Amino acid sequence: MAYGEKLLMRDLNFSVKRGAIFVIMGGSGCGKTTLMRHMIGLIEPAAGEVLYDGKSFTKAGPEQREAMLRRFGVLYQAGALWSSMTLSENIGLPLEEFTDLSPAEIREVAALKLALVGLSGFEDFYPSEISGGMQKRAGLARAMALDPEVLFFDEPSAGLDPISSALLDELILDLRDNLGSTVVVVSHELASIFKIGDDSIFLDGESKTMIASGVPKDLLDHCGDPRVHRFLTREAPEIGDHHG
Amino acid sequence: MTANDNLSFERTGDGTLLIRLQGAWRMHHGMPSASQMEREFHAGFAPQRVAFESGGLAEWDSSLLSFVWSVSELCIRRGVEADPTGLPPGLKNLLELAEAVKEKKNEGRGTRRPSLVERLGRASIAAADSLGESLRFLGQVAVAFGNLARGKARCRVSDLFETIQECGANGLGIVSLISFLVGVILAFMGAVQLQQFGAQIYVADLVAIGTARDMGAIMTAMIVTGRTGAAFTARIGTMKVTEEIDAMTTMGISPIEFLVLPRIIALTLMMPLLCLYSDFMGIIGGASIGAGMLGLSTAAYLRESIHALHAHDLLGGLFKSLVYGILIAFAGCLCGFECGRSSSAVGEATTRAVVMSIVLIVVSCGIFAVVFNILKI
Repeated sequence: MAYGEKLLMRDLNFSVKRGAIFVIMGGSGCGKTTLMRHMIGLIEPAAGEVLYDGKSFTKAGPEQREAMLRRFGVLYQAGALWSSMTLSENIGLPLEEFTDLSPAEIREVAALKLALVGLSGFEDFYPSEISGGMQKRAGLARAMALDPEVLFFDEPSAGLDPISSALLDELILDLRDNLGSTVVVVSHELASIFKIGDDSIFLDGESKTMIASGVPKDLLDHCGDPRVHRFLTREAPEIGDHHG
Repeated sequence: MTANDNLSFERTGDGTLLIRLQGAWRMHHGMPSASQMEREFHAGFAPQRVAFESGGLAEWDSSLLSFVWSVSELCIRRGVEADPTGLPPGLKNLLELAEAVKEKKNEGRGTRRPSLVERLGRASIAAADSLGESLRFLGQVAVAFGNLARGKARCRVSDLFETIQECGANGLGIVSLISFLVGVILAFMGAVQLQQFGAQIYVADLVAIGTARDMGAIMTAMIVTGRTGAAFTARIGTMKVTEEIDAMTTMGISPIEFLVLPRIIALTLMMPLLCLYSDFMGIIGGASIGAGMLGLSTAAYLRESIHALHAHDLLGGLFKSLVYGILIAFAGCLCGFECGRSSSAVGEATTRAVVMSIVLIVVSCGIFAVVFNILKI
């Protein structure tokens, strides 16, 4: 991954198992969100490719790519709700575009999705009329609109109170257990990482590559890399202990 | 010893430069300059060690920390040992924290000013990239229109009507005012000259033809550029900053079809109507001068205006306005999509859109003048 000539990350080789909750971890600014943006096709990799079920997403033609995109649901860090539409319309738009549901059915499904995230009754509110945390939850409802196979969450707990964060973790586990969804989460919330993570990679900004992979709890117990251990135990570096 | 109010220096026999810190160190009192420390290093023998003594120190804030840190940096550069033991414990801890993580080399932007050749080169490359982006955007819009023609475009009719309302009906007020005033100005300028020859009735011809052929279209385009084109850019640019466009893209909805098509269609439909209205208001503005200054009756003025106007004058102006509308929508949407990801970038993109629109309008006006002249329209 690179911005122009500036290398961001190299040698990222990993796979995400179907039905797993996969966590992308690392320090701030190391490229976690950028990696996710590569995985959902917003950024083209400087080298290499992204494959889904063995088929290249990076090299896919427009129609194939569109079909693959419909299997994804993405929750952006700040929700990214369309500000000119109500919450119901936000969720309804993908349903309108990609299903044959009637307007009444679309409204019903949208209301259901909002209820799942605790926003029942807010269907006709605009994003500017609700709090940041509620926007995040509405964004999640929209990400789930088409019951996608793969969900991408970019720092889902950011801006949420501890209880909402815990409820969100429960929801993510429900999605995996009841809908069989594969979930890719960019996060550095340790409590969430340990609670929900089935697998993970750790990105390091200094060495510009992934330095660990595995179940987060196993990494905590067995990973010998001090950088990973410090991250997972929330241990500040010793004064005078220089990074890298 | 050299001294200022809170700071004094002493050289001891073992090659140590002792810095005495005393009194209150507050930011609003100012700080010793770096050059003062440099001078101390050069005065007398070069110190092998720098130590601090803070027994007389009262309250302190970041000004002291900043001074001690700069001394520490100077010692590192000169290869001199800096002994922090004489510093207050809190200050020592903060200093250690500040020095905990090594400064990342090559991460800064650098202070080297690029040469003229380099700047010209970078500007040329940026211009070529910009042209490439514009052509790519034009291609995407063409594909989107192709999909629309085949009934496969994903855009909402409600968005189209909303944009039509916004750029058409909601703009009537400002178009009325500006066009009326342009008519007044044209009539007044013409009247001053034509009155000398007793030909003031031809003010009606001047205003009618001038407004219908060019001024109506141009003034409407300028108004729409500032009012609607800038709004397109700001709206799309803000959507880019808040990742709304990314959300659309990852859902498989083409932002070009969803956002650009309704805007181009709306302006293409509305500009000729606004231009026609502008022509009418311009003639009314001229009539007000005719009646108020030249003693012409309104009926005589309007009769002369209608007599002077030919179909090709009116249709030529309407055609120009249609082209201007397409250019304004294109520039507004293009600059919105090219917007950076910060709030200041939205402002820059909006400015760029307005400038681009004005340039495109004026250039196309010139082209129309030549072409219409060749075609004898």
